[in-house]
Amino acid sequence: MIWSRSTFLSPSNRDRLLVWTLRGAAGIAGLILLFIVAFLILEALPALRTLGLIRFVTDPSWHPGEEFYLMLPMMWGTLFATLGAVVLATPLGLLSALFCRWYAPKPIARTYRRFIELLGGIPSVVYGFWGLVVLVPMISRLHPPGPSLLAGIVILTIMILPTIALLADASLAKVPQEYIRGAAALGLGRWAIIRGVVIPAAKSGLFTGVILGTGRAIGETMAVLMVCGNVVQTPQSLFDPIRTLTANIALEMAYALGDHRSALFVSGLVLVGMILTLVSSAEWISRGRIYG
Amino acid sequence: MASSRMLDSDHLSAIAVWTAACLVGGFFLWLLSDIVWHGVAEISWEFLTTAPLNAGRDGGIGPILVSTALILLVCMVVALPIGLGTAILLAEFTTDESLFGRLIRRSLDVLAGVPSIIFGLFGNAFFSVTLGLGFSILSGGLTLACMVLPILIRSTEEGFRAVPTDYRLSAAALGLSRFTTLTHLLLPAAIPGLLVGFILSIGRAIAETAALIFTSGYVDRMPESLLDSGRALSIHIFDLSMNVPGGDAKAYASALVLISLLFAITTLSAWIADQWLHRRIIPV
Repeated sequence: MIWSRSTFLSPSNRDRLLVWTLRGAAGIAGLILLFIVAFLILEALPALRTLGLIRFVTDPSWHPGEEFYLMLPMMWGTLFATLGAVVLATPLGLLSALFCRWYAPKPIARTYRRFIELLGGIPSVVYGFWGLVVLVPMISRLHPPGPSLLAGIVILTIMILPTIALLADASLAKVPQEYIRGAAALGLGRWAIIRGVVIPAAKSGLFTGVILGTGRAIGETMAVLMVCGNVVQTPQSLFDPIRTLTANIALEMAYALGDHRSALFVSGLVLVGMILTLVSSAEWISRGRIYG
Repeated sequence: MASSRMLDSDHLSAIAVWTAACLVGGFFLWLLSDIVWHGVAEISWEFLTTAPLNAGRDGGIGPILVSTALILLVCMVVALPIGLGTAILLAEFTTDESLFGRLIRRSLDVLAGVPSIIFGLFGNAFFSVTLGLGFSILSGGLTLACMVLPILIRSTEEGFRAVPTDYRLSAAALGLSRFTTLTHLLLPAAIPGLLVGFILSIGRAIAETAALIFTSGYVDRMPESLLDSGRALSIHIFDLSMNVPGGDAKAYASALVLISLLFAITTLSAWIADQWLHRRIIPV
């Protein structure tokens, strides 16, 4: 902050107007989040009032036509798909980042990083379409029906891998060179340096990447909607079709009325709750304990 | 003994790293070549300019490109002033400790993580129903504007922060007002950052599907006004692959168009950022 009030003995009106205009713009930008949460709550209230929270976990099934609103199978769907994708994408992302930083020759590393960036920019609907026409038929030959939890996990893995890989790459780059030289001077091998020095030093950045990737997987809608089959059930195997919370909103919002519509907003609130928890834990991790 | 085990773990890890890299790279090439291979045969000037026929199985994507462009236009016309104003305030007129600045920043960070389907729900409840805009290009564009603000503000702010402090000190020493300093000195110097943010936001907006389903709608006619429903390119791909049996060929072509647009957008922004790193001088 260079400007202080005392710099200007008589701040011109134009400056004051400018600051207030900027504050107005920032106010609008800041209020959007509040607005979103307020509207979600407002629209969710009717269902919460007439049904109560309990019914979303105790109803016999999800049949809005018969006023049954069991949300659990879709929560399981979201959870399993996200978990599977994170478990697969974390090692792949970390290994990709290590590849870029220490294993690949320079030109290959640069091309590979560009690849990953592009991969991260591909729209979810394109992933979903590709999954639908290529991946799902392949899985169907392996074990019918095809649209399944497995398809969802594979697609989500490719989608969150760039987030994890790029953030891992960035945090690996921040590890001080002296650490690595010191470890090399002690005669440690490449892998011993990576495992014993680099990864612990970059830990918080790696965690942040995984958490952001998790957030992306939870919120992903279109790709999952296109490859998962959208049957409301708790999956018993990898080959069972599932429906996630996000896909449920996208599928039913078009015709939902009354309590049904309101119940969809409740599931929206649940999603925002999950994301908020993730964001705050990411912040908590990245704030302190950088080298801890 | 110890040294041979060390050698082994070194080799094993190298194999694991190369395998993972090949796997990821191979997957990417597979996906991309599949879409290019199937899509390129369908692409022609006619495809890009004519209207879809027979629910999209035949014809082209002319009106859909127009709707997409209009949605992006609404989005950027609304997001740009708000985003620019917020970025200037955060970078130039607040300290890092000020409560207002911290609140705004926190709120934007969370907003960046909100899933797009939630923006869709909000857009439907607020713009379409409460404000009575219905399923229209306007509601879709406004919803997207809310969505791209965090990324737009972040990169614009970076642009302002990259301007050397000396400029501000010299301007203050010369007795320039804040307004003059901003418009004549800081803004020109920060334009590359603004441009990168602008392009990235367009990229994010053009890739979006979930936020548009219940806000801008499905209608694939040529839109006549901003209050008409218009189908974005991404929704067209979704609809062709999910709801139209036999729509795969055109869906491939539309996906190729979308990916090419995005490729152009990211290349452009990377190029601008590169240029900017090479010469950080104000064009006065």
